[in-house]
Amino acid sequence: MKGPIAWAEVQAAAWFLTPALTVVLLFLFLPAFAAWILSLTDFDLYTFAEPTTLRWVGLRNYLALLQDGRFWHALQNTLIFVGLGGLLTLSLALAAALGIHQRFVRWKAFWRTVYFAPVVTSLVAVAIVWRYILHARYGLANRVFAGLGLPPIDWLGDPQVALPSLILMAVWKNYGYDLLIFLAALQAIPEELYDAARMDGAGVWQQFRYVTLPALRPMMALAGLITANGYLQVFAEPYVMTQGGPLDATLTLVLLLYEQGFRWWRLGYAAALAFVLFVLMLGVSWMLWRIQRRP
Amino acid sequence: MEAFEATHPGIQVKLQQIPWSAAYEKLVTAYVGGQLPDVAQMGNSWLSQFVTLHALVELTPWIVRDRLDTADYFSGIWKTNRLSKGIYGLPWYVDTRVLFYRTDLLKQAGYATVPQTWAEWERLLHRLVAPPVNARFALALLPDWSPVVILGLQQGATLLGGNRRYGNFRDERFRRALAFYVRLVNARLVPHAEATQLGNLYQEFAQGQLAMFWSGPWSVGVLRAWLPDSLSRLWTTAPLPGPEDPGVSLAGGSSLVIFRNTRNPEAAWALVRFFAQPEVQLQFYLLTGNLPPRRSVWQQEILQRDEQLAGFGQQLERIQPLPAVPEWEAIAARIYYYAEATARGLLGLDEALARLDQEVDRILEKRRRIGAELR
Repeated sequence: MKGPIAWAEVQAAAWFLTPALTVVLLFLFLPAFAAWILSLTDFDLYTFAEPTTLRWVGLRNYLALLQDGRFWHALQNTLIFVGLGGLLTLSLALAAALGIHQRFVRWKAFWRTVYFAPVVTSLVAVAIVWRYILHARYGLANRVFAGLGLPPIDWLGDPQVALPSLILMAVWKNYGYDLLIFLAALQAIPEELYDAARMDGAGVWQQFRYVTLPALRPMMALAGLITANGYLQVFAEPYVMTQGGPLDATLTLVLLLYEQGFRWWRLGYAAALAFVLFVLMLGVSWMLWRIQRRP
Repeated sequence: MEAFEATHPGIQVKLQQIPWSAAYEKLVTAYVGGQLPDVAQMGNSWLSQFVTLHALVELTPWIVRDRLDTADYFSGIWKTNRLSKGIYGLPWYVDTRVLFYRTDLLKQAGYATVPQTWAEWERLLHRLVAPPVNARFALALLPDWSPVVILGLQQGATLLGGNRRYGNFRDERFRRALAFYVRLVNARLVPHAEATQLGNLYQEFAQGQLAMFWSGPWSVGVLRAWLPDSLSRLWTTAPLPGPEDPGVSLAGGSSLVIFRNTRNPEAAWALVRFFAQPEVQLQFYLLTGNLPPRRSVWQQEILQRDEQLAGFGQQLERIQPLPAVPEWEAIAARIYYYAEATARGLLGLDEALARLDQEVDRILEKRRRIGAELR
């Protein structure tokens, strides 16, 4: 486009943008701004009773957060969830997608459905089944262990193991989504590229390394972004399975936020926590974006 | 409800049922949104919050006017409804913790009844995991704050100090309680809370792998529904043992309250009063298994004849309310956390208690600041 943009064009653009912008402004920025204000106050249960007890505390909620051992613990758990869970989800999804994509695999639609089923199943139902599987005495997991001659593990009751157990379940539940993304991306890679690679004498690994992976990269970044942001907000899994226990071993940021805000009604503090989470998500997204753009 | 409408022409009651687990949040949300009903059933540990919120009507004038027999209520449960010198709820049913046990296993261990002191009781627990009984665990406690808090109350711990504005957990009495709790877990008499070392509590109880457990009235219903007939006479309840003599237990349960925004206070009170009648409470017990808060109802034959409820009947004479502060739930969660951390050996007793006090002080910070403003 050349020359200055005509005023009429700007006007037209504004008209088209207004509805969407209004919605975003009203339902995203306004509440976010309100939450920011809230996080600078000590709004809590007493405030409902007597609004005059509300005080402006500046950044003191944030300072208190930094001194709160449970916050750091929840942050650590959440980052482990994102790191370990994210990597596992992506690699499992990629491996399964490559598997299904093979030409000799039949009933592709069937496999897609099977892998995608956990994603659309209600988490509460999934959690109940997993609680049975992970039961220390009667669970399937420990039956298998016993069959292999291994000692039983208290999957959800041992503070050392509870978080990995939950990650395992979350990965199983979520990787089907990334798998679909990868599968779609794989099917979009033109067959000619592989033909050309083979002509150049590329083996299976080289084809994967120099054709498949680069072609998948934009989709990998997308899946990574969705997965990482999903796990940063992980809540339902620990809420349903362990309530954050044992000994806060599965306490995540959103679970802590829920507890502070909606069980104990310390809304100011919870809002501060929400803001920290927001910044964290922004940071992680930006990081993934940078990795994707790297030449 | 129909009986009430029949005897009170002109009053129509609209009933809404909410699952108990969601009731608290629902009521707080209703309060914030100005959508509270006239009357509600409310857990008595929530009362102080709603009184702080100025959401409840004080019932004292009506109770005086209608000359309600308040002495008929178990005094522990009555106290939970007394906040800042007024009565804000009428007890609807009571909930406390007692000891459930297998009578046959106790006999095998050489005991006819449950000892009433900690020391004797602890000896019994050891006997239960030894031959010839060989239970896997002698005792199971609920995976929440209640066991260690009850042990504390039994020692006479105040839990909070300084007019309920500070934690008082380093106090010698609470320290003794926690030490006892940790000792039971370390001796492998009690499984770790939350750990699934124990399968289904009732299943293990039925198999004789578990000899005793602390629980509430709901367990009576479960045992009656699920235990095979051969075992139905082999369990019963007993009041909790205490450090030196029979111990206290929690005064839990729920009360009927009237909200301040009601437009029909007299009709609301008529409904609350109706439910407080002994005959109605007996009916309610028969329908739901929830235990009545009035002694006169316990005098009725149906309850008197039921030996498996005897433990509850005796315990209800010795129940003690929890500190009435709106922050109680948050505090209780931290008590449980530190009790668990100590039992698992992650923290020493003194360090755990010091940290608990520190955290509770922080939770109560606002209460201290506005203490003057809120009476």
